[in-house]
Amino acid sequence: MSTGITKRIIACLDVTKGRVVKGVQFVDLIDAGDPAELAHLHATSGADEIVLLDITATSDARPILIDVVRRTARQLFVPFTVGGGVRSLDDASALFDAGADKISINSAAIKRPEIIAEIAERFGSQAVILAIDAKRKAGAEVSVDGTVEAEVYLAGGRVATGHDAVAWAREAEARGAGEILLTSMDCDGTRNGFDCPLTAAVATAVRIPVIASGGAGTGRHFVEVFKTGCADAALAASIFHFGIHDVRELKAELQREGIPVRLPC
Amino acid sequence: MITLIDYKAGNLTSVRKAFTFLGEECVVTEDPALVRDAQALVLPGVGHFCTTERLATSGVRDAVLEAISRGVPFLGICVGMQWQFAGSTEAPETAGLALFEGPCERFKTELKVPHVGWNQIRRTAHGEHSRLLDGVPDDSFVYFTHSYRAPVVKDVSAVTCYGETFAACVERENVFGVQFHPEKSGDTGLRILKNFCNYADERSAR
Repeated sequence: MSTGITKRIIACLDVTKGRVVKGVQFVDLIDAGDPAELAHLHATSGADEIVLLDITATSDARPILIDVVRRTARQLFVPFTVGGGVRSLDDASALFDAGADKISINSAAIKRPEIIAEIAERFGSQAVILAIDAKRKAGAEVSVDGTVEAEVYLAGGRVATGHDAVAWAREAEARGAGEILLTSMDCDGTRNGFDCPLTAAVATAVRIPVIASGGAGTGRHFVEVFKTGCADAALAASIFHFGIHDVRELKAELQREGIPVRLPC
Repeated sequence: MITLIDYKAGNLTSVRKAFTFLGEECVVTEDPALVRDAQALVLPGVGHFCTTERLATSGVRDAVLEAISRGVPFLGICVGMQWQFAGSTEAPETAGLALFEGPCERFKTELKVPHVGWNQIRRTAHGEHSRLLDGVPDDSFVYFTHSYRAPVVKDVSAVTCYGETFAACVERENVFGVQFHPEKSGDTGLRILKNFCNYADERSAR
């Protein structure tokens, strides 16, 4: 029996207008299928969790699509996170009622950080994921103490906030967030690998799990983000949707590299 | 018929959904009279141990104890399992049911706390003939999310390691507890919930 926990592989469904889409660096969206079908497919092929993000709810200033969440959750028996357009405790409550196990908040928490504690107090910290979309400052390199200067962005990467990613992760933890979902906007959609230094900077700054996101292209990238990025989980979307990688095959590769994963799954 | 105890902490949807998938009818309540007369009781739970205080003030605690003494099957999940122990250092002033000895305590590991994700369970000697784990192989993976854990006492039927060994499942006669979330643990979790339902069905057929 292992003495620790496994590293999680999370399949992400970026949804708009009820369909799963995929873009490169948050633009140029193409259709990838039905959320409920894809969620089920990923779960049966070994994904440890499913994340559904309504990527245009905030920019369109509309509520998240509850019926899509309900339909996706119905036969899903792995942890299910929903995000995009969560602005209030009521929004969060409606998503939990529809079958979400965790909600992911981003813009609303920047605008009103108290929302983290409000949702955590009602539903528990384990149900609150703070999503951070971060972009390295121009020319930012890794400092001697391992930090990376990266700025937090909002609304699907459209608005710069002036917040430092590491400091914001720490604050969110103090306010009651249970996990951090860190997306590198520099890497997202490129399939050139995760931003391991940025992930490590955040993952070592907080005590809560950090999910790395943005840039997954090969199994090697996952090995790197677990080994050098210190990630507790890694999330990817497009490589799973188009069958470039079966989750089970990816996990077999991770296991060969000595990374603890849930197998058989 | 499964009676899910609602104490206004956390989210019951996922647990109800899993029982519905298994073909079980569910009623969600915090009415002590319905709890007392239940055929099978499930107490899900997330969040802070102090939220269980409401079970005492609402009269549900006494109703649960009465139902258990009549032999009603009772399953506690996560904080619901911790409540079956004497208490938790998370909220020392809040008493648990003390069906199992010892307090729940925060992980003492250097690893990240909370313990979030998929980890393995292994039967203890006591758990060798566990009803709840029937057909579930040792080292099966289940999904955890918690910062406090229950001690390994004699009624613990399976354990998990996370820097230290702690109680993953506890079982004595008609009382069952799981620290993990069976409703989120894929086929393994559904099997465990099904085992509980089967036990409850057998009992009510007697």
